[in-house]
Amino acid sequence: MTAGPKIAFQDVHLAFGPKQVLRGVDLSVDPGESVVIIGGSGSGKSVLIKTVLGITRPDKGVVAVDGEDVVGASARLRNAVNAKIGMLFQGGALFDSLPVWENVGFGLIQSGAMNRSDARTKAIDTLARVGLDEHVATLLPVELSGGMQKRVALARAIADEPDIIFFDEPTTGLDPIMSDVINKLIVECVRDLGATAVTITHDMRSARTIADKVAMIYEGQIIWTGGVADLDAPNNDMVDQFVHGRADGPIQMAVRR
Amino acid sequence: MNPLASIGAVILAFFTATGRVAIFAGRALYHIATPPMYFRQTLRQLIDVGYYSLPVVALTTLFSGMVLALQSYTGFARFSAEGAVASVVVLSMTRELAPVLAGLMVAGRVGAAMAAEIGTMRVTEQIDALATLSTNPMKYLVAPRIIAGILTLPVLVLVGDIIGVMGGYLVGVYRLDFNPSAYVQQTWAFVETLDVMSGLVKAAVFGFIVTLMGCYHGYNSRGGAQGVGVATTNAVVSSAILILVANYVITESFFSK
Repeated sequence: MTAGPKIAFQDVHLAFGPKQVLRGVDLSVDPGESVVIIGGSGSGKSVLIKTVLGITRPDKGVVAVDGEDVVGASARLRNAVNAKIGMLFQGGALFDSLPVWENVGFGLIQSGAMNRSDARTKAIDTLARVGLDEHVATLLPVELSGGMQKRVALARAIADEPDIIFFDEPTTGLDPIMSDVINKLIVECVRDLGATAVTITHDMRSARTIADKVAMIYEGQIIWTGGVADLDAPNNDMVDQFVHGRADGPIQMAVRR
Repeated sequence: MNPLASIGAVILAFFTATGRVAIFAGRALYHIATPPMYFRQTLRQLIDVGYYSLPVVALTTLFSGMVLALQSYTGFARFSAEGAVASVVVLSMTRELAPVLAGLMVAGRVGAAMAAEIGTMRVTEQIDALATLSTNPMKYLVAPRIIAGILTLPVLVLVGDIIGVMGGYLVGVYRLDFNPSAYVQQTWAFVETLDVMSGLVKAAVFGFIVTLMGCYHGYNSRGGAQGVGVATTNAVVSSAILILVANYVITESFFSK
């Protein structure tokens, strides 16, 4: 166990062809901390956490987990790092050919941590933790509502009790009540597991519920970090405009009239 | 645009695509050869690619054998060589028609389905989710499909050989009034082990091509439903072209003097 940050981004740059997505991101997340990254669509939020998982590789910079740089990591290190991480994807990303219980227990089975029978029991326990009945376990993801799919995705993210959990737009597409349910589940799960959490969202209600610390990314850079209490007086015009959802301000959206 | 630049761009794009397919094929073969193996996934693919393709291959080869008998009879009758019908049917079916028709039919049925399934998994982040759940997507999705293609196409072609020859027999005996035992005797007299073996080698290569193209185009699809549609089309078209090219190359290597 290291005394430093659980996750650290140092001068991370990434471009897709001519489009520069990340332009020198610096951010650190302490153990047990829940950091919410806010920012507009296309600002590089999702890409940033995918650099930790090895799904995208930065062109430059350091992405460290427990003090170890994971950019270009060997297969062995990559597996070890990813085994510490659970992720809730924006659209759920549930495997539509597998029943719910197998989705939830997938990581446990594939890592060899449990046989199928034990993984099924564990999956049903985890589903109960996110408020889903046992009968849901045998359904296919397509048979579930959007809110239930998000809960299953959350159950999959926490099933093997990871050290780090990423939540990518956890409340997108949900009604306000279901959003609040998911936000509270996230807070409970992270607290119970003692995990470090990074959440990406542009839902400010979500950010206020989940975060210990908030960071705003704009044009590929972290332009502001602060506590939840600081969101109402951020001392930064861009953050203020974003938090209050105003069209007028320093952030100009490209709108064709 | 300068015409030379246009030609150069097309040539560069061709070699880039060829290189990417070659690298993908190399990675796929590496993951086939190294543990872990996903037996459950492989068994599912063996059934999907092999068992469920039997009806379409059987019907195609049956009617091809029947047409071949009719056409060769009407052609050979012009110079009183009707007796060669049985040998033409068996040689055409085993060397060419059964492997090529089975390859093309499986490309349409299985290659397209693979590209669509894997493409949908790509655009809905299910492939990214696999990577976060201790599972290498190449090993879990691609390797079982390619193994199934290589193993099942030869079996399908062997069945197609038998059914195609039977189609020729049915037309020869019941429509063209050939003597049944003479037809069978002539079939056995002309067919050699090399004829059947060359067809089976072709089938294994075509199975590799179809599944590789289905997986490659699905795995690299981008941009939502439209991207998946493009991937599906490209998988079928590229499989069909490569099957015909590979057919010539293998025929040349087996039968050139």
